[in-house]
Amino acid sequence: MKKQSKPKVAFFDFTDCEGCQLQFANMGQTFLELTDLVDIVSFREIMSERAEDYDIAIVEGSISTDNDVTRIKKIREKAKVLVAFGSCATIAGVNGIKNRSSLELAKKRVYGEKAGLINTIKAMPLDAVVKVDYYILNCPPYIPEIIAVLKAILMGKPYPLPNYAVCVECKMNENVCRYEKDQECMGPVTRAGCNSWCINNGNRCYGCRGLVEKPASDAARDILQKYGLKLEDILNSFTLYNDSMGEKYDQEFK
Amino acid sequence: MTKSLSKIDPQNVKVDVHYLTRVEGHGNIVVDVKEGKLAKCEFQVIESPRFFESMLVGRSIWEAQHLTSRICGICACGHSLASIKAGEDALGIKPSDEVAMLRKLLLYTEMLDSHILHIYILVAPDLLGVKSVVPLIKTHRPVIDMALRMKRMSDYAGEILAGRHIHPISYVIGGLTQLPSREGLEKLYSLMLESRKDGEETVKIVRTLKFPEFQRPTQYMSLTSDEEYAMYDGDLTVNGKRSKVSDYRQLFMESVVDYSRAKISRINGKSYAVGALSRFNNNFEKLHKKAKAAAKELGLKAPCHNPYLNTAAQLVEWVHCLEESIAILEKVLKDGLKEEKVVVSSWPKRSEIGKIKYKANTGIGCVEVPRGSLFHEYTIDDSAHITAANCVIPTNQNMGNLEDDMRKIVPELLGKKTQEEITLSLEMLARAYDPCISCATHLLDIKFV
Repeated sequence: MKKQSKPKVAFFDFTDCEGCQLQFANMGQTFLELTDLVDIVSFREIMSERAEDYDIAIVEGSISTDNDVTRIKKIREKAKVLVAFGSCATIAGVNGIKNRSSLELAKKRVYGEKAGLINTIKAMPLDAVVKVDYYILNCPPYIPEIIAVLKAILMGKPYPLPNYAVCVECKMNENVCRYEKDQECMGPVTRAGCNSWCINNGNRCYGCRGLVEKPASDAARDILQKYGLKLEDILNSFTLYNDSMGEKYDQEFK
Repeated sequence: MTKSLSKIDPQNVKVDVHYLTRVEGHGNIVVDVKEGKLAKCEFQVIESPRFFESMLVGRSIWEAQHLTSRICGICACGHSLASIKAGEDALGIKPSDEVAMLRKLLLYTEMLDSHILHIYILVAPDLLGVKSVVPLIKTHRPVIDMALRMKRMSDYAGEILAGRHIHPISYVIGGLTQLPSREGLEKLYSLMLESRKDGEETVKIVRTLKFPEFQRPTQYMSLTSDEEYAMYDGDLTVNGKRSKVSDYRQLFMESVVDYSRAKISRINGKSYAVGALSRFNNNFEKLHKKAKAAAKELGLKAPCHNPYLNTAAQLVEWVHCLEESIAILEKVLKDGLKEEKVVVSSWPKRSEIGKIKYKANTGIGCVEVPRGSLFHEYTIDDSAHITAANCVIPTNQNMGNLEDDMRKIVPELLGKKTQEEITLSLEMLARAYDPCISCATHLLDIKFV
């Protein structure tokens, strides 16, 4: 095999909690093995070195200021591959909640009479501004999925996202349906791929992976019918994570 | 070392660190000395504002933990616990002693995780003269393997107790959504016993590192308790003066400054410090005896007025939290956990949403998180929806203190150190506070010109 130089990877963060990057630190030995396959050239949270030359940009956080728009466009120009990493980057995440009230009101609530000092725009996922090549969903990202997407990138293959609801995985994990326990759950409309992480731990699904493309198909339809629910009932609760498809559903159902 | 001394005119120095690295979040350090006088000394938080306090308005109190955990990836458990305590205070829910014990365990394991990350990944490279942990993977592989092993132990704790450490799943208002598995708790217990020797080794390593000399006594605030080294509960104390958590708004004032997205707070009109060093100074007597021994070995004595030694205080707390966690696990494994005492029963039923009348109320929750005292306060209406929220973050509280440290240290270094050395000293000072800027929005890159 022809010897190739290792691809250069740079991490970038926009508006978020930086928990996504921490998931790399939480990969432990796998992270060390990754450094055998790629050169990490920029990772502000853990490195002082900075490089302007990179092949793969792994970007977390939402776009939420004018400066963010300029910065992500520059990153897109330099990167051969751009990966949107985590809920804030892929679907605007919890940052999107602020879009549901006026920005002026949000500024005033937090910064009071000094609100005028703050620049902010609508919170957006990266693909509202630039082309995104790969998506790693979830808040925080699910480590097996991070590894699967990285493998696909290194092999130059696409990574198709699962197009069925969390309910499919949840049933395979033999969890008791949250609706059976008289609880609300976003599982029937949320895109699978997390192995029903939250429900396995006794909680419910909050929809951090965004909406599945056809929420009324597959297992979701069975659940909805069984508990006498309408799609709208669930979508009305879909406000914690501002899926970029959310507005489309809002228009369709409200 | 024959490093060429960059000539600086001590009468006119400008430091402008843009995007400080190896901290959580985005910040700048700006220092400007004009004609021998310090004209500007700012720690600018430039992280994009996130508006959590506004995002909470209109949301159900039952969603507050899920949402506010997302303020910070590093201290997600701390935010969850402050949020849960504030929610319970507002709703009038009192969790069982078993639940309180499991919450302490989660909080201690987050301290273990965050402190080890700070010591090895963020601070050690400065003290070893390298730019990051990456070159250390080759030059100091056994130490890095040990650090990752220690980190893995605390990550595992998060997995077993709460489903995951970043944005914990099973800790909610009223209790846990499910019992941690006995098998998992047993494995965690054995990992913790094994970690003791890694802790001892880390104390030996940190003892050999040379921290910069600098002294500035200040006001140290933390929780305090007669029963234990306070982290989950207690009163507030500032240099020996105690007050109730519920009076926190009378104790300190937060204000917005024009150069930063983070608010700055003051006590009696002066800056104050929170975090490991404050807790160590205020509550030294309550530390576990092994932690006291570690402090002695590190040469750390209370009260300590050198902010650079916050890192050493973190290591002392690491030893304390490990021993306290082991003690809790021993009790849990001996007595077992009863589902009816732990698993939440007050979870809102789908069929009851919108039908229950609650008492309109305000609740406050305070816990010690790795970087200091964290406050969440929510006001709810009779449908248990939040009408007002306030979150006070440790990094904001430390900001004024860090700037006052910089104001004292810059004149001390002028004329003695090169520009590069002054810049590094200021970067290291900011890093010593372990600032968490994602949290604070609501650090530092220095450039000499």
